Amino acid sequence: MQQLSLLLTSLPDGILLGFVYGVAAMGLTLIWGVMDVINLSHGPIISLGMFGTFFLFIKMGINPYLGLIPIAVLGLLLGVAIYFIAVNRVIDAPHLSSLLATFSVNMIIIGIATAALTTSPYNVDFNMGSFDLGFTTILGTRLIAAVISILVTGGLYFFLYRTRPGKYIRAVTNNRAAAELMGVPSTQILALSFGLGTMLAAISGALIATFFPFSILSGAGYELKSFVIGVLGGLGNPVGALFGGLILGVLEGAIPAFMETSWVPVIEFGLFVVILLVRPNGLFGAKE
Amino acid sequence: MKNWRKHLGIILPLLAVAALALWPTLTDSISNRESAFTILKAIALASSLNILLGYTGYVSFGHIVFYGFGGYVGLYFLNEQGWSIWASLLVAGLSSGILAFLLGKAILRLRGAYFALATIGVNEAVKAFINNFDLFGGPIGMTLNFKVYKEYGGAAEALSMAFYIMAGLALAAIVLSYLVRVSKFGLGLLAIRENEDAAEVMGVVAPDAKTWAYVLSAIIPGMVGVLFFFKNGNVEPHGAFPLHASIELLVMVMLGGQGTVLGPILGAFAYQGMRGYLVTSDFFKDIQLSVSGAILLIIVLFIPAGAVGWLRHRFEPLRRILP
Amino acid sequence: MTPLLSVTGVTKRFGGLQALTDVTFDLPEGQIMGLIGPNGAGKTTLFNCINGVYAPEFGSVHFHGEDVTGSKTYNMAKRGLARTHQIVQPLEELTVRENVIAGACFGREGHSLGSAYDIAEEVLEFVRLDAKADELAASLNVAQKKRLEMARALAARPYLLLLDEVLAGLNPSEIAGMVEIVKKIRDRGITIIMIEHVMKAVMNVSDRMIVLDYGQQIAEGTPEEIANNPQVIEAYLGDPELAKKLMGED
Repeated sequence: MQQLSLLLTSLPDGILLGFVYGVAAMGLTLIWGVMDVINLSHGPIISLGMFGTFFLFIKMGINPYLGLIPIAVLGLLLGVAIYFIAVNRVIDAPHLSSLLATFSVNMIIIGIATAALTTSPYNVDFNMGSFDLGFTTILGTRLIAAVISILVTGGLYFFLYRTRPGKYIRAVTNNRAAAELMGVPSTQILALSFGLGTMLAAISGALIATFFPFSILSGAGYELKSFVIGVLGGLGNPVGALFGGLILGVLEGAIPAFMETSWVPVIEFGLFVVILLVRPNGLFGAKE
Repeated sequence: MKNWRKHLGIILPLLAVAALALWPTLTDSISNRESAFTILKAIALASSLNILLGYTGYVSFGHIVFYGFGGYVGLYFLNEQGWSIWASLLVAGLSSGILAFLLGKAILRLRGAYFALATIGVNEAVKAFINNFDLFGGPIGMTLNFKVYKEYGGAAEALSMAFYIMAGLALAAIVLSYLVRVSKFGLGLLAIRENEDAAEVMGVVAPDAKTWAYVLSAIIPGMVGVLFFFKNGNVEPHGAFPLHASIELLVMVMLGGQGTVLGPILGAFAYQGMRGYLVTSDFFKDIQLSVSGAILLIIVLFIPAGAVGWLRHRFEPLRRILP
Repeated sequence: MTPLLSVTGVTKRFGGLQALTDVTFDLPEGQIMGLIGPNGAGKTTLFNCINGVYAPEFGSVHFHGEDVTGSKTYNMAKRGLARTHQIVQPLEELTVRENVIAGACFGREGHSLGSAYDIAEEVLEFVRLDAKADELAASLNVAQKKRLEMARALAARPYLLLLDEVLAGLNPSEIAGMVEIVKKIRDRGITIIMIEHVMKAVMNVSDRMIVLDYGQQIAEGTPEEIANNPQVIEAYLGDPELAKKLMGED
């Protein structure tokens, strides 16, 4: 009985966080799906999103939720830039090349950011009140972030399925050579896709900044979570990523009711390896 | 000897390590010894990783897990059970090898990026597990009883001994790498790297070959781990399984040229040398990671076969002497 | 006398696609068998079922009288089966010599590097690639890569050699040279199955032929019997280019 009450206390928070994790993972899985590249600079970009909220809110007084818009735009532009500088040349090379290329971008960002911002924790003290549900309390920041995550997912879905650039992206994902033959400007589409992926990463970071203190190194942890979620949901499957995020959020919310919190990463990564071995296409199907 | 030109591929690396091992003594400098220690450690780790990465073509991002796991097991027996450093080295290598054997059976059937991701997952899972493992000190880790140093003549002597053992491990890693490279077993690994399916059609028993490559690539890192923790005086989960350092190992192998014996050594020298310079230079110190990253990016984009790889491609006669 | 290879009722499905249905034949030692059929008929799939890339859903494959159905490719190599591929698969970053040495090391006889070197010398001369021995396989053109694959397969001293379209993309003089090589291989006692589209060549060189169409075995016999078989002609009429070639009108 005690476990049930513990569960009820921590589970809702986990679920709400799960939505945001899902958005982060969507950024990674989209890039993977479109161009077979695992973006190892995912983590630092999430961190940059966090700092975006910090600077906009603390230094300029802009509401974090409004701040999402410039952060999203900057995330998109950053991704396009990274694509052209680091990824385009090795897009058809063996995987190791693109892994190392994006990892070098990771190093470059962390290096500059550490010099500029140090590794001390920053905080965005942002309060949106809380709702008392009797068995648990839900923080306003979590609820709003979850809602925004759902909206972002919906927006992404709409973009991919109802707009022309989105159609091009899906064509390139399906078969780049054929898409090129049909006149799709594949390099620009790849750059756009990469930018969308980093945009999602930045947005998720911006939202996470309203929850916890952070530093430039915090993104790494969410990058690892994104790998797990991506594989759970099926690499290349954005909707799968959202559900994967929810599963992870549920796990993180539920496990502490049954054992020490420090066991959460063991279970997360254990599950990760097991899924890779047993159902590498994830629970919801990877892209074909 | 008449055949020395033929064996340059192994003589050069051995000379390099010997030089590195003697340099601190010749210059009578402790700080040089520290630098040399770091480079020797990198050489030992990179050459070992090369057996899996360079020869077999399997990209492991989480290879550091063997360093941490073997190191932890070794230090446990050294510190808590009073074993000698030699016995601890042995058990460290053995436990890493066994871990690689078991892991290999599970994850070596994954290919490409899936394998790389799995190795990351394994590293994080083992790190998180040890974080919870009270026998190994949980999140606090283990601290070496200073009396352990007394058994080797005191702290100064123990550290000096550790240096020479590390040089020995670096030499062992190079010799192992060379023996694999020029053996029939190594040819099988290269075939797997080039085209695993075609290799199997030719008769290479890929599952077994890969597993043994994985085991061989794990043993020396385990020993390096226990030696490093012995010298450092302590171990804790975060420092024992550093994912970042694991990826930097990859960088070193790639820089110098994966798939060659000399490549990882050059890469280790170059990368550690560069890091060392950047960290001490006033101008670069804060952004040394960025500079390393930029250099890596240039290499990946423009010289993907690494330094030695590029040389081998361009100058055919070098192929035989730079295996 | 047990046939070297016995294929009985081999059936292979991929999801909804029936790739092979009930393929059955015996192959005695020392023969050259031609395997022909329109594109997509299942010829390479049949090779894949024989050498272990796929396991058939039904049916069996016997080699030297032993059941090897579904045996892994490396086990089949150890038993003395070698093959080339329709799309060449050289070990690109190794030299030509190293490619062939690998064939000798991991094939049936499991040679050491030293004796494999000698075998490679001989085989490279046989396929006339000795001049290129120390070049990287990647630097060869397609015709040379095909000869390399053949050399690699021969270095394993197989009992049975599966050749998948070794003549494709070659000009007439290259074809003639390759046919000579195939005949010399047979003279050494190696049994051969050849998938081919170059009709004149394969009909000239085969002792027997099998025709596949949509995964089914529609004819079996000598080249003369096959050329006059109405079902075969009809199958190829569905593919006009091949019909012309069959009639010798290309």
